[in-house]
Amino acid sequence: MKGRVVKVAGPLVVAEDIPGARMYDVVRVGERGLIGEIIELRGRRASIQVYEETSGLGPGEVVISTGRPLSVELGPGLMSSIYDGIQRPLDVIAAMAGEYVTRGIELPGLDRERRWEFVPAVEPGQTVKAGDLLGTVEETPLVEHRVLVPPDVPEGTVEEVRAGAATVEQTVAVLKTPTGRREVAMLQRWPVRRPRPVGRKLPPVVPLTTGQRVIDTFFPIAKGGTACIPGPFGSGKTVVQHQLSKWADADIIVFIGCGERGNEMTDVLLEFPELKDPRSGRPLMERTVLVANTSNMPVAAREASIYTGITIAEYYRDMGYDVALMADSTSRWAEALREISGRLEEMPGEEGYPAYLGSRAAEFYERSGRVVCLGSSAREGSLSIVGAVSPPGGDLSEPVTQATLRIVKVFWGLDDRLAQRKHFPAINWLLSYSLYTSRLDPYYAEQAGPDFPENRTRAMAIMQEEAELEEIVRLVGVDALSPRQRLTLETAKSIREDFLYQSAFHEVDTYCSMAKQHRLLRLILAFHDQALRALEAGAPLEALLELPVREKIARARYTPEEELERLDALAAEVATQVGQARART
Amino acid sequence: MLKEYRTIAEVSGPLLLVEQVDRVKFDELVEVELAGGELRRGRVLEASEGRALVQLFEGTTGLDVQEARVRFLGKVIELGVSTEMLGRVFDGFGRPIDGGPPVIPEVRLDVNGNPLNPTARAYPSEFIQTGISAIDCMNPLVRGQKLPIFSGAGLPHPQMAAQIARQAKVRGAQEAFAVVFAAMGITFEEADYFISDFRRTGAVERAVLFVNLADDPVIERLATPRMALTTAEYLAFEKGMHVLVILTDMTNYCEALREVSAARKEVPGRRGYPGYMYTDLALVYERAGRIRGKPGSITQMPILTMPEDDKTHPIPDLTGYITEGQVILSRELHNRGIYPPINVSQSLSRLKDKGIGPEKTREDHADVLNQLSAAYDRGKEARELAVVLGEAALTAVDREFLKFADAFEQRFVRQGETEDRSIETTLDIGWELMAALPRSELKRVSDKHLQKYLPGAQRAAGA
Ligand SMILES: Nc1ncnc2c1ncn2[C@@H]1O[C@H](COP(=O)(O)OP(=O)(O)OP(=O)(O)O)[C@@H](O)[C@H]1O
Ligand SMILES: [Mg+2]
Repeated sequence: MKGRVVKVAGPLVVAEDIPGARMYDVVRVGERGLIGEIIELRGRRASIQVYEETSGLGPGEVVISTGRPLSVELGPGLMSSIYDGIQRPLDVIAAMAGEYVTRGIELPGLDRERRWEFVPAVEPGQTVKAGDLLGTVEETPLVEHRVLVPPDVPEGTVEEVRAGAATVEQTVAVLKTPTGRREVAMLQRWPVRRPRPVGRKLPPVVPLTTGQRVIDTFFPIAKGGTACIPGPFGSGKTVVQHQLSKWADADIIVFIGCGERGNEMTDVLLEFPELKDPRSGRPLMERTVLVANTSNMPVAAREASIYTGITIAEYYRDMGYDVALMADSTSRWAEALREISGRLEEMPGEEGYPAYLGSRAAEFYERSGRVVCLGSSAREGSLSIVGAVSPPGGDLSEPVTQATLRIVKVFWGLDDRLAQRKHFPAINWLLSYSLYTSRLDPYYAEQAGPDFPENRTRAMAIMQEEAELEEIVRLVGVDALSPRQRLTLETAKSIREDFLYQSAFHEVDTYCSMAKQHRLLRLILAFHDQALRALEAGAPLEALLELPVREKIARARYTPEEELERLDALAAEVATQVGQARART
Repeated sequence: MLKEYRTIAEVSGPLLLVEQVDRVKFDELVEVELAGGELRRGRVLEASEGRALVQLFEGTTGLDVQEARVRFLGKVIELGVSTEMLGRVFDGFGRPIDGGPPVIPEVRLDVNGNPLNPTARAYPSEFIQTGISAIDCMNPLVRGQKLPIFSGAGLPHPQMAAQIARQAKVRGAQEAFAVVFAAMGITFEEADYFISDFRRTGAVERAVLFVNLADDPVIERLATPRMALTTAEYLAFEKGMHVLVILTDMTNYCEALREVSAARKEVPGRRGYPGYMYTDLALVYERAGRIRGKPGSITQMPILTMPEDDKTHPIPDLTGYITEGQVILSRELHNRGIYPPINVSQSLSRLKDKGIGPEKTREDHADVLNQLSAAYDRGKEARELAVVLGEAALTAVDREFLKFADAFEQRFVRQGETEDRSIETTLDIGWELMAALPRSELKRVSDKHLQKYLPGAQRAAGA
């Protein structure tokens, strides 16, 4: 018994009489067996979004339901992979089908042949419940893969564990449960649209350190938190997300290229195996999973890609890891939603987006969080989400940006003018915000230095004042300012150029530890404070601005992480030189 | 024998609704025979049981619903390609219009192409010298990049595109290269300018031209870039050539897209353009690049005219979100008589870092780029300040920068339409301009390069 296609309009196919059709079940469409998902049921009719190009498909062709919702395969072998939007491994596709992605290819997400060395963590007779550790596998030198009792298994006892090499499908443990004997293999499936269960959620209190000064110092994101980066084209969304993927102190990175450029994915693929994790010295690719549904790939799979990515991310969170997920760009996801909704002839909301755009976005971001994982060990894990938003014309009042801002806690607003002036990251310091700052301050005060929160506040006040002073300069010229105000302008400039500016492509500057960030900012403020006192004591501003130590402050961000004590020496030099300038008056 | 239908139920704009059809496929090629025997081509936009919505490339003018006969050809739109296409001129649908014989295809290809697997791509990194300083030094183009020109009505983008097509080369390489040129809705005059220029310089021998003029069928424009890119892919990845694809004018392409969308009564996005315009444009622009292990490449240079010079208009905006940078032309520079009127500050080549430096261009390239761009920005700021407060309000240093900005526009950006500058010449001009600034202001260049390249630096050091 099979259903049949009655209408094809781009990525949307309508079919009738599919036996056993259920919402969100995966179906195979037509002679080529194109993969699709039921997204609407009305009487005998099912609307299907098809994840592959539908050209050449016509009414009368068959539709078969697989009876399973759209799911991903979870288990060892995910790390270092690159998948398309529905978890087909792109490298395997290339080996099979050549350089173009052709249709009707069905491939498992995980390698069936490869054998993994399973090291048991339980013994027969032990009681276990969902989320408990059964054993481990070295997935990559960076990632220990923790094989857990799947979430749907009731509490039971271990009957058998099998140490040694096994494929993902082979049984590694047998459990006796009230509902019967359960053989557990490393491979699990999970429907992408359903969040994986956790023990309970915890408030985010630890920062996700990114090594990016403007983020860590001014607009930090917490582990388990959410952030968005809206900005017009070319303002630096992708570079920021690549930087976070490289340097954030997460254990696992999931990067979703959702409807963006093919070359950018190639860039990651070529670069990440070469880059070393600053903590372990291992290639960054060993902790990274890529999901690539580029802009020229079918639009419906773009909608699915973020769910594929987040389910993989949740899976590693459940193991107790700190996972960070990047989605570039969520606007393309929303547009895919809009396109399908339009073809379904749903009532459009603002700018043609469906009325449920906001709730879908909220559901997605709500899958983030710091949690106590399922299981008896009270393991903690976190999943942080950073989503890029590509507002048309850079206009932040558009629906996707607005829907996102209602949910996320951190806003890194990219500014076209800063990017044009080559100030990178082009995060506008007056517009952006982080709602985690006060929560994280105790952590910073303890880890970076007790004066850290205060320094940030003072620096921000100087930046605010700069904006006001610049207005005056524009109207009446710089001569109208007092020496004190001009010093403020100079300090603000120093904060901008010597602290906020950070080149992603400079080998030292690309990453900056909290310790270094703290010292750099303290240095700039120390100069400001001492110069101000010297000014009040009658020292001329020009003399202070010409002090050779300022040139050294400007170069301080190139100080290697191993030589941070040089920054303390520099602080002493500031004191001496300003002191001398003051004495000369 | 193909079945014929005389069951057109509705005509609306470029669309036909055909009823009582059997087994029509989505995206299938359609042929409509008019009463007089004229043939028009179309494609299926929606295939339902018993009904098909067809978009006609040549429009529906003069179509008699009673008489017209519709045939569904059972395949998608294909183009027969071969190396014999070099030197030939085709219409927007790939039919020869130069009076020459039909092309005997080596292979017939689906014009929609297939998405390139990101794992099969090679990252673009070879510098292309266009001979234009404002591009080569400030926004370098690399092989396999997609770099559009954002122009405005009346600005000299045809001259620039022709100059680039004439002059573009990879230094030291003697590889087969070709130009594929697709005109969409441009005027006869503009198309003629290109064609004559290609003929005059002999470039036509290695060019393939697809021409849809302003008075040609509007909807055909939706097929034109696909014809061009299918040809380009064949030449690049089957025949190993380095292909430069010029698509002009993408604004007309987008208007055609909007027309079809409006006829389908779709919910419009910004300014009436369809919500799927991003995806549609990506399907065109992403067909650029390099493939690992293959010698050829496709470099794309789409040209578009920004309505009202507004770069936030959906056409330039969505283009910018897909391409790897943009070259923006400035009306202000043009009005001051500067050719090419490239707005250096707003333009950006995102792949520049991979294409420059020792071996590729010259060791000092990145320094020169950064210094010139910083100095020019500062000069422009000074210029603005001088407008508000008068030049007297500027500091001495700012006045130097103001002078620098003028010189930069006049000597560096400005050049002749046939002036083909090597990258060395370009960089040397940059150093000459920098020499006019106080040495202490040249913070973006390393001392090593300063010593080596700044005119007068060696002497000063020796003294
Ligand atoms: N931190 C940085 N350091 C140096 N250069 C940067 C930085 N961030 C961005 N850039 C420059 O800006 C360019 C554009 O950045 P990016 O590709 O991230 O933009 P985007 O916002 O993702 O644009 P789109 O929306 O079109 O994808 C980069 O190619 C690079 O030249
Ligand atoms: Mg980007």
